[in-house]
Amino acid sequence: MISLESQELIRLTEISKNTRKLILETVTEAGSGHPGGSLSAVEILVTLYFYKMKHDPKNPSWKDRDRFILSKGHASPLMFSILAQTGYFPIEELKTYRKINSRLQGHSDYRTPGVEYSGGSLGVGLSIAVGMALAAKLDNKSYRMYALLGDGELQEGQVWEAALTAAKYKLDNLTAIIDRNGIQQDGLTEQVMPLEPLAAKWKAFNWNVLQIDGYNFEQIINSLENAENTINRPTVIIAHTTKGKGVSFMEWSPEWHGKAPKKESLEKIIKEELGL
Amino acid sequence: MVKLMGDMRTGYGETLVELGAINKNVVVVGADTTQSLKTNLFGIKYPERFFNVGIAESNVVSIAAGLALSGKLPFASTYAAFIPGKCVDQIRNAIAYGNVNVKIVVSHGGLSVGPDGGSHQQLEDLAITRTIPNMHVIVPADETATRKLVYLITEMHGPVYMRLARPKTPQIYEKNDTDLKIGRSRTVRDGSDATVIACGLMVTEAIEASNILKENGISCRVIDMFTLKPIDKDTIVKTARETGVIVTVEEHSIYGGLGSAVAEVLVEQYPISMRRIGVKDTFGESGEQNELMAKHGLEANNIARTIQELVKEKKR
Repeated sequence: MISLESQELIRLTEISKNTRKLILETVTEAGSGHPGGSLSAVEILVTLYFYKMKHDPKNPSWKDRDRFILSKGHASPLMFSILAQTGYFPIEELKTYRKINSRLQGHSDYRTPGVEYSGGSLGVGLSIAVGMALAAKLDNKSYRMYALLGDGELQEGQVWEAALTAAKYKLDNLTAIIDRNGIQQDGLTEQVMPLEPLAAKWKAFNWNVLQIDGYNFEQIINSLENAENTINRPTVIIAHTTKGKGVSFMEWSPEWHGKAPKKESLEKIIKEELGL
Repeated sequence: MVKLMGDMRTGYGETLVELGAINKNVVVVGADTTQSLKTNLFGIKYPERFFNVGIAESNVVSIAAGLALSGKLPFASTYAAFIPGKCVDQIRNAIAYGNVNVKIVVSHGGLSVGPDGGSHQQLEDLAITRTIPNMHVIVPADETATRKLVYLITEMHGPVYMRLARPKTPQIYEKNDTDLKIGRSRTVRDGSDATVIACGLMVTEAIEASNILKENGISCRVIDMFTLKPIDKDTIVKTARETGVIVTVEEHSIYGGLGSAVAEVLVEQYPISMRRIGVKDTFGESGEQNELMAKHGLEANNIARTIQELVKEKKR
């Protein structure tokens, strides 16, 4: 078990706060996008990109890098805010998000430096990560695959095809993380199409299953370490999260799945909600 | 004359084994049809590079995309009814959208599937794949062409959809014939009065039609248009200019496949009298191959008859 030094905790917390600010600014400038599902997984991506993963923003195609697959491609404001902060492209470029001729598309997309896969169509990303994990095994490489899935996305049957496959090939180099915020576009996941008992489903598919608080850095890090130390089985981390996390009126609100705040209210939101 | 017969699937499977020896990055993803597709030959030789992921076609093509994104050269294979049938989204978004280097090679295209019936007779695949950007669409006419074209698609970057047929087929090309290029067609019979442009099994029928026409004093050219996309525009325009009459033949819906592709070129570059022979906006059904072909006019006599009509019109 790792317990973070307070300095490290402060660093990750500050980056997360700034990421939320960038998400809100980016979506607001674009006038559209998906803030809810972006805000919900901030700490997970901050931990991966600023603490855990081996990657090189100056060399996005570095062969030995860890691979991150954003299966829930609509969380592109989060993805791009993270990539910009780590240096894959200038933070200024976030202002071009969703605009014509931009490298920053409405859903995460190959044309953005640092993006491994275009994840607009849900339910596919885990299969992509499985393919990458098989390739890594063939090449005897130690890099790891991380895939972030939305919980609503688990209603796609293909996710379970990929789950079967990862277990068959004992892909212990693959970690799936589920952003379990309980909300999808039309409402609560448990009303639209119930997923529970979710952990039992993954256990039945022969995965190593972990459940964490998606905002507790120590739990995030420890679950990633656990995954890394698990042999012969893929790991799924069910991260319990809150859609719209950090902006009180967006929290638990399906309405903010795919809607941008108004420009005139942005400054107030950042000040009052994020304290920045 | 006894025709030398070949088997596209054997040609495919054996070529994969050869490629496996040459290129360590070649991998094969299958969907419980690996014995039928003969990809199991690769699996026997290179078990560590062979992934049978079961009856899960969306997963097959997406895993292939993941493998390609990590530097592998994946072949994804099953029956045409299911790829692209069950996974157009994944082919579009996970493969073609990023120009990901996946080679989709399927068998059992068209009516020649026979007794399995309409659910398994894929007649829309060429239309579907042809409209997806970055995609290359290839339909070999025999085993020799299959072997050669499987090699060629590994030498180019980008997604490919290659459609093979289930039955054994007469050999059109000599075994050592290697004069095939992606994006080019091949004139397999010369002629000056009319042209039949065909693909897949229909090339054999077109040649037969050309023989019939010859007896009736009509010199009919036959072009094997094995690449539907990118299509050989130059040859289409040239043959239109030289022969004045074109009939297309394909084991596919008349919508969106070879006939449409040829018409698209002609209508903008050299409009002439043209007919499309194909399945007329309907599904297939159970039956023997020859019965189905006869029912839908996909045979030499009907091709010859159609050409005769057009030649007569041209002379008027």
